[in-house]
This record gives sequence, C-alpha cells and structure tokens, in this order.
Amino acid sequence: MTAEDRIDRQFAKLLVADADGAISHLPRAALASLFQRGDLVVANDAATLPASLQGVHRPTGKPIEARLAGWVSFRDPTRFIAVAFSAGDHRVPTEDRPPPPLLSAGDRLEFGPLIASVEGALNHPRLVHIRFAGHPASVVRGLVQHGRPIQYAHVPEPLKLRDVWMKIAADPIAFEAPSAGFALDRRTLKGWREEGVAFATLSHAAGLSSTGDAALDRRLPSTNTIAFRRRVRRRSRPRSRGPGASSRSGRASSGRLNPPPTLTGRCVPERVERADASLAARASVLLMRSSRASINPVKATPSYSERSLTTGRSTVCVLPLRSETIAPMSLETRC
Amino acid sequence: VTEETRVLNNIDLKGMRIAVTGGTSGLGLALVRNLAASRARVAFVARRAQLVERVSRETSACGIVGDVGLKEDIHAMALEIAWNLGGLDVLINNASSLGPTPLKLLADTECEELHEALVVNVLGPFRLTKALFGALAASAREGRGAAVINISSDAAVSTYSGWGAYGAAKAALNHMTAIWTEEAKDEGVRFLSLDPGDMDTPLHALAVPDADPATLKRPEDAAREIVASMLGALRESAPLVLARRP
Repeated sequence: MTAEDRIDRQFAKLLVADADGAISHLPRAALASLFQRGDLVVANDAATLPASLQGVHRPTGKPIEARLAGWVSFRDPTRFIAVAFSAGDHRVPTEDRPPPPLLSAGDRLEFGPLIASVEGALNHPRLVHIRFAGHPASVVRGLVQHGRPIQYAHVPEPLKLRDVWMKIAADPIAFEAPSAGFALDRRTLKGWREEGVAFATLSHAAGLSSTGDAALDRRLPSTNTIAFRRRVRRRSRPRSRGPGASSRSGRASSGRLNPPPTLTGRCVPERVERADASLAARASVLLMRSSRASINPVKATPSYSERSLTTGRSTVCVLPLRSETIAPMSLETRC
Repeated sequence: VTEETRVLNNIDLKGMRIAVTGGTSGLGLALVRNLAASRARVAFVARRAQLVERVSRETSACGIVGDVGLKEDIHAMALEIAWNLGGLDVLINNASSLGPTPLKLLADTECEELHEALVVNVLGPFRLTKALFGALAASAREGRGAAVINISSDAAVSTYSGWGAYGAAKAALNHMTAIWTEEAKDEGVRFLSLDPGDMDTPLHALAVPDADPATLKRPEDAAREIVASMLGALRESAPLVLARRP
C-alpha cells in the first residue's frame, strides 16, 4: 500500500498458493510469468476511498480519528461502520492508540467540512455506526477534501490518494487499497492478452483489515454482505490451444467441473451480485458470476486463507485459477 | 434549448456516463448542455465553484470543482467522477489554456507561461486519463464501449505566429492521443483527437479579441459534431451496445 515508484513497493513479494496449497514467496515481478494460455486472472479493481478522517468528538472536544471500515448500505456514503481512535495518526501503530472518547448514539463528530453523528455503538468501544449529514455527493466531496487513505505505521510518510490508486482502479468503494492490484500494470495485461491469458475484474469493497486489537480484528472485515459488480472481459482473440492446455479446462476426472479456461461470450453487465464477504474481504480472488457462468471460489485453499489471515495483510490476492491450483473450489459453469 | 439539442442530436444517450473538463464555458459548457439534454449521465469539472454550481443547477449534471492543471486535484476529481457516475464510458478532455494572454511570440514567452500551457493542455489530460483508465477499461470489458476525446486545435498542426505555447501543447496532446490510440485499442478504449474549429468562445476572444463573432462557429454546433464523433467511436468499440440504444 505504498506509492508505486517507492523502492519498498518494487521489492514487494508475491505469495503463491500451489496446487497442494503450499505457500511460496516470489518477487512481485514474477507475477506475469505465472500464468499460461487458458488461465483466467481475476482481480479486484475497486478504487480506494480516503477513509481515514481526523476530527473532533464534539461532546468532549477531544480529537478523534475515524477509519471507515465498511458500508452500512452499499454505496450509500452517508452511513458507515467506523473504527475510532483517539488523538494520533497512522505513524502510531493502531494497537498502541488509546481508545476514543466514550461514543454514544447521537454524539456529534466533526471532520473538516463533514458533520457526522454516532448512530450507535457496536459492542466495542472503538466500533460504531456513523452517519454523515448532507447529500451523498457532498459527503463524497467532503471525503476527498478532508479524508486520507488508511495506512499503517510501517510507512511513516502520509500517503496521498494517488499513492493508493491502482492502474486498474475503477469503482471507488474500497476502504483499504486492494493492494494485490498494484502488481498489475498495462504491460502485464497486454502480455497476458497476447499469450491467451484471460483477465477479468470484480469490484469488491475491501474493508478495514486490521487494528491490532484482537477482539476487534475478529470482527473485521465487516461480515456484512457486500455487493459486487462483476466485470468480464470477453476474449479478445481466438485462442489456439497449446499442448496440454486441455487438462486445464472442462470436467475434471473427479467429475467436478473445473474453472473454464476463460469466460467466453458476452455477459450481462451491471448486474450486482451479493455474496458473503466475511472471508472474501481478505482476498481479491473470490467470486465471479455471470448470466452464463457461475464460479464460487469463495474459499481458496485453507492454507492460503490461513496464511493471509496470519500475516494480517490483504496483499495476497492474485491467484492462478487453474483447476489444479484451487482444488477445493466449488464451481459450476455453463459458459 | 435542451429539447432543440436533443432533436438535433437525434439520439438518446440515456445511461451513458460521460465526464467533461472545462465544463462551465465555451465548448465545454455546450457539451455539458448537449449531453445532459440527450439524457447522458454527465459530470463536469471546472475551477470556479460558483460557475460549477450554476451550470450544475441548469443542466442537472454533476459539477465537480477542480483544476486539471493541479496534480493534487486529479485523483480527487477522478474519484468524484467515478463515484457520481458509477463508472465512466467517455472522458472528454476539453479544458485548455492559451498560455500567455495576450498571445506572445515564443521569444517573448516566459518559461512559466509555456509550462502552464503544457500542464493544462497535456499533463492534466494525461493524468486524468491515467487515473480514469481503469474505469474506462472496465466499461470496455463490460461491452459498453469506452472512449477518450481530447479537444485539439488546428494550432496543433499549423504554425500561427503568437500561438507557440498553445500550439506546441496541442501538438503534444495530438501525438500523445495517437500513441494512446495504439496502446489502448486492445483494451477496447478508443482515443480521438478532435479539432472543433474556430468558435465563438471566451478562450477565442482572449486569443483574438477583435475577431468578428459572426464569422466563428457556434460552440453548440461544435458540440454536436463532437458528440457525433464520440458516438462513431463508441460504435466501433461496442457495436452491439449502441445498436440497442433507441
């Protein structure tokens, strides 16, 4: 989650789950070479909201930081689940941040041009529902004027919106950057196109992933149902199947349907699908549906999900969707 | 005026998501009026809040205050565009700067004046296009079609004395558009560079104060031509989608 020209991003690692669920680390630059003709890469193209807001808890006059953590109602920018901290900023690890003032329903919060109120506490001193006053468009304007991207203490200098803006960023619905997408650039996509590797995106509102508070983190990301907008790129050119490619498509020997090598045909755009994102919020490769094909790889291999939970990072999000790679995937396809 | 525009366009752009920079005067304003009247979902960007509010009220288009010449404004602008339109099908980079006014010979032009022309006419459109390219490519993947229209000028290809900063910047924009065209075609995003001609606009009046407005093209006419070109580009990239539109 750092500016793409920063040296630490250049040295970012790529976590790869192989066919047996074993985890290995590669340089991020190796991503382009991991896929073969007939593979499908699905990435989260959600752009990131500036979801960290510094302000004042009006009843006490004390400073407060609210980190927007999830939608109460998807795409309604007036209501959010938020995690609150007292004075301080991203340079202090969240686990060391004192709790916010006692937050009660009706408390007024002021964040620069934005006025909000606490709608209710969520059984944790830091976790609340908040509601912003004003028209949705003016709230979004207030967020871009006053908010900053959520960031963690290991990067001390403040990030700007452009620092968390992926090259594939589209719909601004995520609270933290779906940072696996930083590994994708147009040259990589072009190379995949030329090699017959299909690419599709979904827009997943990645929520706040970690606070350092164990009790709170068990509740993050929000277990609310999150809506996805599916996007599918139709194959741009006829695919000539190379030797061995057939083993990666069609019905597996077990009789279970495997992922299609690519999603073909035109799929109805703008359909909003809903799915339980409690696990999915930590990954970018999770679910895709269309009118003709449905894929439900919500659960990747257990080791994959466990490892990503252990690291507390949501950076491991690009996974080869080869049939031999994600064995436990439940899948139906009629493409 | 809006009904007239719709009839003249003879097209219904309902649901098409279009962003226009420099949307409060001249060609940009005519485009916003035209597109909004044709039932497109329109967001426009301009620097002055008061004008933005006025045009927004008049057209019901979404007005965004921002300056394409400011790097710090670009991603906020992109976020507001993508948010308010729910994605993006067409970006029209219309905002322009003449550089020095009154126009100056190059030898009299300050570096800062040339810099301003390059920032607004080249770097700004580049930054905004780059920030919104993900949304445009997503639109193309959905089969909606996607296009970027960069408003150019004949000063980009003809050498007019005194138009050095503007002409050089527009020439750069033209060439950049041509390269974008090549690089983005596989993604399904079309790029066009369009010269609207000499129009009766505040920008032209700044450049040529003694021009007879009667000899100049009406921005409304130029806007109609640009919309026609835009539709042509989208038909090429998404024939099925456009064919379904009434």
